Amino acid sequence: MEHVNIYDQISSNKRLSYLLFVVFFIISFILAFIISEFFGGGYAGTTIILILAVIWMLFSYYLGDKAILALNHAQEVKKEQYPHLYHTVEGLSIAAGVPMPRVYVINDPAPNAFATGRDPKHSSVAVTKGLMDRLKRIELEGVLAHELSHIKNYDIRYMTLVMVMIGLIGILSSTIFRMLFYGRGRHNKSGGALILVGILFAIIAPIIARIIRLAISRKREYMADASAALITRYPQGLADALKKIEASHVPMVKANPDTAPLYIANPFAGKKELFSNLFSTHPPIKERIKILEAM
Amino acid sequence: MSTIIFGILLVLVFVFVLMYNGLVTMRNRVKNAWAQIDVQLKRRYNLIPNLVETVKGYATHEKTVFENVTKARSAAINASGVGDQAQAENMLSGALKSLFAVSENYPQLKASQNFMMLQEELAGTENKIAYSRQFYNDSVMLFNTKIQHIPYNIIANLFGFKEENLFEISIAAEKETPKVKF
Repeated sequence: MEHVNIYDQISSNKRLSYLLFVVFFIISFILAFIISEFFGGGYAGTTIILILAVIWMLFSYYLGDKAILALNHAQEVKKEQYPHLYHTVEGLSIAAGVPMPRVYVINDPAPNAFATGRDPKHSSVAVTKGLMDRLKRIELEGVLAHELSHIKNYDIRYMTLVMVMIGLIGILSSTIFRMLFYGRGRHNKSGGALILVGILFAIIAPIIARIIRLAISRKREYMADASAALITRYPQGLADALKKIEASHVPMVKANPDTAPLYIANPFAGKKELFSNLFSTHPPIKERIKILEAM
Repeated sequence: MSTIIFGILLVLVFVFVLMYNGLVTMRNRVKNAWAQIDVQLKRRYNLIPNLVETVKGYATHEKTVFENVTKARSAAINASGVGDQAQAENMLSGALKSLFAVSENYPQLKASQNFMMLQEELAGTENKIAYSRQFYNDSVMLFNTKIQHIPYNIIANLFGFKEENLFEISIAAEKETPKVKF
């Protein structure tokens, strides 16, 4: 039964979120330990790093959605500004049985959308202007129903935590790595540190990659597509919307690359060469359309 | 020995309480879903006087249309029973349709910001009515399925959890897909 799967998905997402906190804490601990060992920070160094890690965890949980919305230049809108969009979200939340999320608009001509938040009561949906311009009401309903399914399934909690919490480690390690790599000639002392960072990177990178891949698993997207069809009772609407999104070929300007997996479709589809590694995990749109049309 | 029996009994009571509470939650969810439909219907009733006033400002000669809408609105508000309610709602939808048809003849009205907003508001509310009915039916289906399953059916029988009615569209006209012409 479909409903059983949704409840499975909810508890799985909550479990994964807890697991994420644990993994993050362990990674921070290893980092703190190694750094203190090498630079002689002692217990104080370790403690400071661990406190910072806990603060970052709290920040990710309570303010991660706001950070992601700001990074993607999304602006909250009122009913009066976009009555059509607002009504559609309102109607679909009634059908999905979730509280009304906050509505955000991204001033970007490329059609795309994402949802974020920590639970259905604290959730937001963001759509681009391009999406509203290109889609008919019934297609827009399909896309928004997909996003509301992410909210209802608690996908938003897990995905937001991954993007904010793990994203930081990814960014930090790659930044340090790059800094050391390019700054090799100038600092002779960095030899030891380079090895250290190399080791850290070797330990952490596969874990992070695995977590991110889990977050954007195809199952999650297919599941949200199926739930969207159940909410609107019209799978063709979302299928047509995905076709238009695929055909647009306009890469997003305002999207933040590190949060790209949150979007319903790859926001940088036009620039494949640059980002192919990172986004190959986005489920193929053609496959999704095929499944929706067979419903 | 008696401790084991006592333990088993305790577990059974615990399981029973959980199942009973689960059913109560689901039944309340169904009731709430039904109330949500009323909320949306009321919103629609409240929008109509504004709409009529706006149209009146431009289309002064369409008295019968206004009267029909007003009459249908109060009939829908005062209707009791699911059957009557559905019929009154249907009449109201028809009256509104003719109101919008009439407004086609007044380009100034059609261009008015207020009218466009009301039209959007009404269309949105009508969608919400449909969605809240759908959600009600979803909740009823979950509840009905549950109280038919073993062992919930035993508790349901003992404590009077009855199957709820699905909201069905009884009027032939509403079953058809509306065709929009421009």
